[in-house]
Amino acid sequence: MQQAMIQFWEGLPLIVQINLKIMAILTPLMLAVAYTTFAERKIIGYIQVRVGPNRVGPRGWLQPIADALKLLTKEVVIPTNANRYLFLIAPVLSIAPALAAWAVVPFDNGMVLADINAGLLFLLALTSMGVYGIIIAGWASNSRYALLGSMRSAAQIISYEIAMGFALVGVIMAAGSLNVGEIVMAQQGSVYHWFLLPLFPLFLVYFISGVAETNRAPFDVAEGESEIVAGFHVEYSGMAFAVFFLAEYANMILISALTALLFLGGWLSPFEGILPDSVFAIPVLGWLLNSGIHWFLMKTAFFLFCFLWFRATFPRYRYDHIMRLGWKVLIPVTIVWLFVAGAAVAIGIGPWFA
Amino acid sequence: MTFEAFLFYFFSVVLVGSAVAVITVRNPVHSALFLVLAFVATAAHWIMLEAEFLGILLVLVYVGAVMVLFLFVVMMLDINMSRIRQGFMKLLPVGLVVAVGMMAVMAMVVGAKVFQVEPPAPAGADYSNTEALGQLLYTEYVYPFEIAAVILLVAIIAAIVLTLRRRPDSRYMDPARQIRIRREDRVRMVKMESEKK
Repeated sequence: MQQAMIQFWEGLPLIVQINLKIMAILTPLMLAVAYTTFAERKIIGYIQVRVGPNRVGPRGWLQPIADALKLLTKEVVIPTNANRYLFLIAPVLSIAPALAAWAVVPFDNGMVLADINAGLLFLLALTSMGVYGIIIAGWASNSRYALLGSMRSAAQIISYEIAMGFALVGVIMAAGSLNVGEIVMAQQGSVYHWFLLPLFPLFLVYFISGVAETNRAPFDVAEGESEIVAGFHVEYSGMAFAVFFLAEYANMILISALTALLFLGGWLSPFEGILPDSVFAIPVLGWLLNSGIHWFLMKTAFFLFCFLWFRATFPRYRYDHIMRLGWKVLIPVTIVWLFVAGAAVAIGIGPWFA
Repeated sequence: MTFEAFLFYFFSVVLVGSAVAVITVRNPVHSALFLVLAFVATAAHWIMLEAEFLGILLVLVYVGAVMVLFLFVVMMLDINMSRIRQGFMKLLPVGLVVAVGMMAVMAMVVGAKVFQVEPPAPAGADYSNTEALGQLLYTEYVYPFEIAAVILLVAIIAAIVLTLRRRPDSRYMDPARQIRIRREDRVRMVKMESEKK
């Protein structure tokens, strides 16, 4: 049976194989995005001592599907004097990079769509392209609130990209590779070998910049409701709005997954090198404790939870404070730590930089 | 036609088309966006030449940063296109002469005769263009590379210093000072009995 299936798979044309793999990544991703919105409302609800959505389906579990149906059936209003083509292409431009970036994300050892050498550069390039959707949306809507929101958000994204890129340079120095899979394998050994420990300041900078990049609270001035209504997507309705929404959540999941991969050893188990090998041989328990995709998903889910936690905890930053934090705090921290990492590489401090 | 050839012609058509559109479309924002498209198509060409580092860097630097700032400025400007287009017909003959001259020179320098290069043999699977480039930059060309870096640094500092101006009339609050504020500086807690009527 297994033999036959493998034979059938290898008989398929390459393009069909690639498309099936893309489907295998994107379908769970889209479901995860839908249920992240549900999780957000539930978690923030419980943090604020409310119940959250609990009417649609058992305990509210069908809420995201109801939301999607509602948005699908609503009319997409195009404002007067809006630039029609750019107005409609902007949501696509914002979601496409968020989905394309998953091509180089390894879920397990070798379980990756495109195992390219410059994977990390590819990720940086794609995340930097996401800003176009926002700028174009703001400009094409022919609305000053939208334009102001997109300006704020674009300035914020470009500023934090620098800190983010510098933080990644530290990871590259420690791993000695740009391939995401090899970066994870460089952290093999035990919890002690993860880059979280030697690159802790860079980890903090990366995650804070990640929150700022996705325009999430506490850095969500781009959609500051009290000041500029909803920011760049104020004129969007129906499915066009939903696509922006999906892009935001897909980006959140991507940032969480990357943090897990680059600093917490991706699919590597925290028990690796601590428990004896005989434990990993136990049928079910051994598989659970051993490295695998489930550890990657758990770490990603933890950071995703942090996004929601931050939103419920911190008040919104003021715009000039955001700029100050990015340029005057995070970037100097990364530069100092790059010097430290460089010295560590030169001396060869083990086990990370050896 | 192989798949590579198809990709080459596809991206070439996109590149040439968008490059023409940059100078022909009326709206300056559209023009800037077509320039972005031209950069992306060029990056695709470079990646097909197995120069993935340059291709990705082109997207990262030019598409992701330079053009975003460009677009910012273009969106904020109120450009009067009719004034710019005035005198187009009058200057057209001169422009045509210059264009034909440039074309002739370029054809002589990079004409088909000079560019009859066989496509390079595809490198092995373990070849990494990024790594090869890094090896060259940090060994053979380390001094030119460092000098270029210093020049860029000087340019950055110069740009910042030239545009930095103190405006005494702006009401600016120093965020660092604001953050250092403690409760004791602002609030005085007073304990007092509630008054009897």
